[in-house]
Amino acid sequence: MIAGVSTEFNPPGPEDFQLPPIFSGVEWFTKPVLVAALSVIVIIWFFWGASRKAEVVPSKLQFAGELGYNFVRNSIARDAIGSQEHMKYVPFLLGLFFFILLNNVAASIPFIQFPTFSHIGWAYAAAALSWIIYNAVGIKKKGLLGYFKHQTMPAGVPGWLMPLMIPIEFISNILVRPVSLSLRLFANMFAGHILLLVFVLGGEYMLLHSGSIALGGVGILTLLMGLAIAGLELFVQCIQAYIFVVLTAQYIGSAIADEH
Amino acid sequence: MMTLVLPLSEAGEGPSPLMPHTAEIIFGLVFLILLAIAFAKVVVPKFEKAYADRTAAIEGGMNEAKQAQAEAKAALDKYNAQLSEARQEAAKIREDAREQGAQIIAEMREQANVEAERIVSHARTQIEAERAQAVASLRGEVGSMATSLAGRIVGESLEDEARQRRTVERFLAELESSDSARQAVGTDG
Repeated sequence: MIAGVSTEFNPPGPEDFQLPPIFSGVEWFTKPVLVAALSVIVIIWFFWGASRKAEVVPSKLQFAGELGYNFVRNSIARDAIGSQEHMKYVPFLLGLFFFILLNNVAASIPFIQFPTFSHIGWAYAAAALSWIIYNAVGIKKKGLLGYFKHQTMPAGVPGWLMPLMIPIEFISNILVRPVSLSLRLFANMFAGHILLLVFVLGGEYMLLHSGSIALGGVGILTLLMGLAIAGLELFVQCIQAYIFVVLTAQYIGSAIADEH
Repeated sequence: MMTLVLPLSEAGEGPSPLMPHTAEIIFGLVFLILLAIAFAKVVVPKFEKAYADRTAAIEGGMNEAKQAQAEAKAALDKYNAQLSEARQEAAKIREDAREQGAQIIAEMREQANVEAERIVSHARTQIEAERAQAVASLRGEVGSMATSLAGRIVGESLEDEARQRRTVERFLAELESSDSARQAVGTDG
């Protein structure tokens, strides 16, 4: 496809995600760590400012804070867990949602432009916390045996199906959930970033280094397409943060739900 | 999972993207727990307090309005009750006054009747007394006149006819003069 081009085009790949440490010698301090730390500071700063002087009649900042707070508190936590017990999990869900959201959207912010969750360690950490919490609250509420019965033996299934149901339910409810949670988030961020790299680097290469007028035109089109992909990615970044937190709330809700 | 890991790790120069950095897992856990604690300790209590205050303010306002309405209604009822009471009282006073007026008129009439009767009877007894007095005085006078006339007749019977005639004429003249007095008494009676 790119025959006749003087210099070789290197397609982007996983090695593009291997960023050098910011200070040489401090191996752990990489760009994702810096972005994640900044996101924590921004989240706490914003919500502390918005809630510090929370009044009956809200200020503009408080109103903005309440908007985000109510979204997680009512639309996610209360709907999935129920109004009896949802407040216990609201702080964790709030932190989870805004942490994932800011780190995802950071990938669309100029000069940051790197999705933290394309490094799977972050996704593992978030999914591990969700897994620990929903299993822990389920076990705390129903006891160990009661909880496993609740998760693996769905009501209304005839007894002879149980040998089949119990392993399936155990695998899907206990084992697969953290994997699917973390992989979904990681893969979306990873693939989105690679997609952008392909369009932007490829377009740039065709425009500047191909030496062909026709390929240069295609390069411009490719860059324009890359712009559209960036818009799509912004949407995906928000959606993935929402999905992760909604599923976590669902898992908590189903773990503590009474028999249905 | 293994089938996915192997080709990637064989193809790329770096490690598989599915292999996590330990530091990032630790930072992920620390950051998320830190955020959860910050939300739980600072943000959620403040917002929840504001929500509770808001609910209380709205409910309080509604209760206040309800109370004010009830108070206004009570005041209206009270005034209406007082008004009807006053109307009844006024009607009663008018009725009383009418009765009293009628009673006063009746009393006055009776009193006037009694007075009139009293005046009439008083006048009647006075007239009776005067008549009796007149009768008595007349009787005395007639007696004395008769006696004097008889005396004169007897005294002068011995004289002549001419003297007799004079005597009678004199008597008549006297009688005539006293007749006017008698007449006055008669009209009185």
